[in-house]
Amino acid sequence: MNLTVTDLSCARGSTQVLADVSFTVAAGEALILRGPNGAGKTTLLRTLAGLTPPLAGRVDCPPDAIAYAGHADGLKAQLTVQENLEFWAGVFASGTITRAVDAFDLEGLLDRRAGDMSAGQKRRLSLARLLVTGRPIWCLDEPTVSLDTENVQRFAAAVERHLDGGGSAVIATHIDLGLPAARSLDVSPFIAKRLRADDPFAQGLDDPFAEGVEP
Amino acid sequence: MIALLKRDLALAIRAGGGFGLSLAFFLIFTTLVPFGVGPATGILGTISPGILWLGALLACLLSLDRIFQLDWEDGTLDLVATSPVPMEGLAAMKALTHWITTGLPLVAVAPALGMLLNLPGPAYPWLIASLALGTPALSAIGTFGAALTVGIKRGGLLLSLLVLPLYVPTLIFGALAVSRGAEGLDATTPLALLAGITLGTLAVLPFAAAAALRVNLR
Repeated sequence: MNLTVTDLSCARGSTQVLADVSFTVAAGEALILRGPNGAGKTTLLRTLAGLTPPLAGRVDCPPDAIAYAGHADGLKAQLTVQENLEFWAGVFASGTITRAVDAFDLEGLLDRRAGDMSAGQKRRLSLARLLVTGRPIWCLDEPTVSLDTENVQRFAAAVERHLDGGGSAVIATHIDLGLPAARSLDVSPFIAKRLRADDPFAQGLDDPFAEGVEP
Repeated sequence: MIALLKRDLALAIRAGGGFGLSLAFFLIFTTLVPFGVGPATGILGTISPGILWLGALLACLLSLDRIFQLDWEDGTLDLVATSPVPMEGLAAMKALTHWITTGLPLVAVAPALGMLLNLPGPAYPWLIASLALGTPALSAIGTFGAALTVGIKRGGLLLSLLVLPLYVPTLIFGALAVSRGAEGLDATTPLALLAGITLGTLAVLPFAAAAALRVNLR
């Protein structure tokens, strides 16, 4: 279950953000994406997950292998924790939710409506969804936002178990998760120096509103 | 896909789900008409097919902007897009949910409201048949419109402007079937055309909606 990225260029809207990114994440490995705000970590993850088509280059991985978790929790406030997880289990046709519930200690919260939970609890539920998907490659965007220290460790332990089980992960984060099998990749060297060549608007030639866009 | 349908139906009947909103709008709209037009039973009987169809159409429109907007706002749409469920399946399920929670209740209460508007007796079977055949098209077209405007803040007005012109053929043949029925004439031809429009929209629009969603998720 390798994830191989070759000369990938990604765009957000009509602006090229990253150019010529190449890396491989093998089974059991984690890649930590580093870089300042706005460097393009989210754009890269969205491209890996297939939400945004790449401008150039290739993302090679087995079909239906990637589980994506973005900034938004993707929870329904009116449904209980159990209903939320069971919905995703149904969508991914993966059956049981007990492993996910145990990994993020959600047992006592199963009957709680997601709308009545704290931000950190919502995040735990949202991360528990990853285990429900049963997919080998996790693409996580700032997964530890609003988690306390104990739950960051719980999350790191879940990632480690996932890696031990032959999974892999690409994680954009600013904190140290303490994962032994993790490599870091700073995305700043890949920040695109020019805008899309085939898009006259993005180049600012004819667009009077493009003056504020950095060349 | 069944999980999506079950969840959306569950959400619709929970607090704030909006189930019954369209139905209440339909009830109020049709009860307001006699106040505006006057109680002359002759006039009401003549215009009632058009009023009932117009009311059903506007009631459908009312709940369209919720179809994808809520899922888009809380990030669920991104997650479903990366799941094994194809976008076409998502669009079809959303249209089906919209029809079950909006179109189907409208079909059920329309006869009672027909009585309120003095709809002539022979028109009732045609009213039920035309609404049952026509409202799925309203949901399918509306889902496509909702997919186009997902991500636009307060896109509801734009959605109405996009969708209402596309509702014209359904409205024409639906209302025509009922008014022909009211005159005691055979209304199979407009009904068949209505069914044709519905089948056409059901076959094509989930794919168009899926394409629009993919573009909007970028």
